[in-house]
Amino acid sequence: MARYSFPQPAASEITPKAAYLGRRSLLAGAGGLIAAGSAQAAGLRTQPGPFNAPEPQTPRDAVTHYNNFYEFGLEKEDPARLAGQFHARPWTLRIDGAVAKPLTLDIDTLIARHTVESRVYRMRCVEAWSMVIPWDGIPLAQILREAEILSSAKYVAFRSVLRPDEMPGQSMGAGTIDWPYVEGLRLDEAMHPLTLLAVGLYGDILPNQNGAPIRLVVPWKYGFKGIKSITTITLVDTMPPTSWNRLAADEYGFYANVNPEVDHPRWSQTSERVIGSGGFFGERRQPTRLFNGYAEQVAPLYAGMDLHRFY
Amino acid sequence: MAATPRKTQANPRAKYRKLLSPVLYLAGLAPAVWSFWLGAHNQLGADPVRSFEHVLGLWAFRFLLASLAITPIRTVLGVNLVRYRRMLGLLAFAYAAMHVATYVALDLRFDFAILYGDLTKRPFLIFGMLAFIALLPLAATSNTRSIRALGRNWQRLHRLVYVALIAASLHFLMAFKTWHMDALVYVGLGGVLLLLRLARAPWRRARRV
Repeated sequence: MARYSFPQPAASEITPKAAYLGRRSLLAGAGGLIAAGSAQAAGLRTQPGPFNAPEPQTPRDAVTHYNNFYEFGLEKEDPARLAGQFHARPWTLRIDGAVAKPLTLDIDTLIARHTVESRVYRMRCVEAWSMVIPWDGIPLAQILREAEILSSAKYVAFRSVLRPDEMPGQSMGAGTIDWPYVEGLRLDEAMHPLTLLAVGLYGDILPNQNGAPIRLVVPWKYGFKGIKSITTITLVDTMPPTSWNRLAADEYGFYANVNPEVDHPRWSQTSERVIGSGGFFGERRQPTRLFNGYAEQVAPLYAGMDLHRFY
Repeated sequence: MAATPRKTQANPRAKYRKLLSPVLYLAGLAPAVWSFWLGAHNQLGADPVRSFEHVLGLWAFRFLLASLAITPIRTVLGVNLVRYRRMLGLLAFAYAAMHVATYVALDLRFDFAILYGDLTKRPFLIFGMLAFIALLPLAATSNTRSIRALGRNWQRLHRLVYVALIAASLHFLMAFKTWHMDALVYVGLGGVLLLLRLARAPWRRARRV
């Protein structure tokens, strides 16, 4: 039987990746319109930021194909498989509550107006595995300050998007999270220089499965604190509810600081498997560190607090 | 299965069955071999150890259900598949053993301090280990000689399979952070198989009269 072969362009005709990405970052930098369809690998213009972890980075493929994003399903492979229908642009982020100047920000205007920093952070999941991820983002404090926080604000509440027609996991029945996903931080945690609103990873805009277009990254806390696809940030005066805490308060606290001394009721938190560290036979297990190794930066936030009680 | 050579000659189907048995065992082990091959060739995703571990646990549960389905299939549908029950039970045990071995060797990397903590403090892993331990004497006494030697006690001993099923069900349900549809379906099937047995007991008595 005759076989059809597609015409192949000569190697010399293929645009070098650097040139392609350069063009992309020009577009993104100008705050230009990025069509949702073509936005998947659009480059970002970034500057190197502080606090970079020295560990080897997790391969990009693992970062983008091993995700807990229950809005798209319970399996780690579900988000990469099912997030293609999600429209991460156009997108507005609302900042309200106890602020003098409530803001409604277009995501690309927000990106264009700020310096996007690349920061390599360790990421420790509550399920006892870890990654090292080069995020691109804007410190949350920078954005919150624009809204002029009032003195009555003590906590920051985050709300994710609710779109059951684009997020199949949101139409699953009882026993799962009460959508939309909500998270919270104490104000001092939110204002900490480590706390980042990520808009990209590996120099490209955030893939849908990683929480496009904007997500929280709090590297000294378990990964589930990093709420994805944020629509609203509200400054409040009382501790806001958080999704996993509502579902199982004995397993997931409000603070969720990485702590090898405080075990999950169903498994130990003393060590973690390093995703992408060596495959089937060589996957490394390493000791988990208090505050995920960021104790120097964040321990003062919890001085005098009983971390076993406030887990 | 315990056919003497003479019987084999007398019954051509017995010979065919004798050949079929190793083929079925190999087929039953195929998912483990296939997953292992994928893992060794870096095709099991970003967390190959966890994926392999889960595949083994899932198949252990499937074979456990299959072995428990033999009796209801006979009583309800009238199809006697009892000659395959030992194989299904042994496959369930083999998968459970590989599941535990993967957990200790590839997942914990022989960190016995964690293992000790897991098995003394955490119901999730205690139930899992209990299910495996309950299957051990069943696998050890699955041979024909034990069946003969133990007589009525063999049947009593093999009621441990219900302990294994219940412990494995709890372990399965607790393996996820939320209620998981797959786990609920499998555990539900196990529940149906148990209920069919409870429903069968009065039936039997009625028939004997």
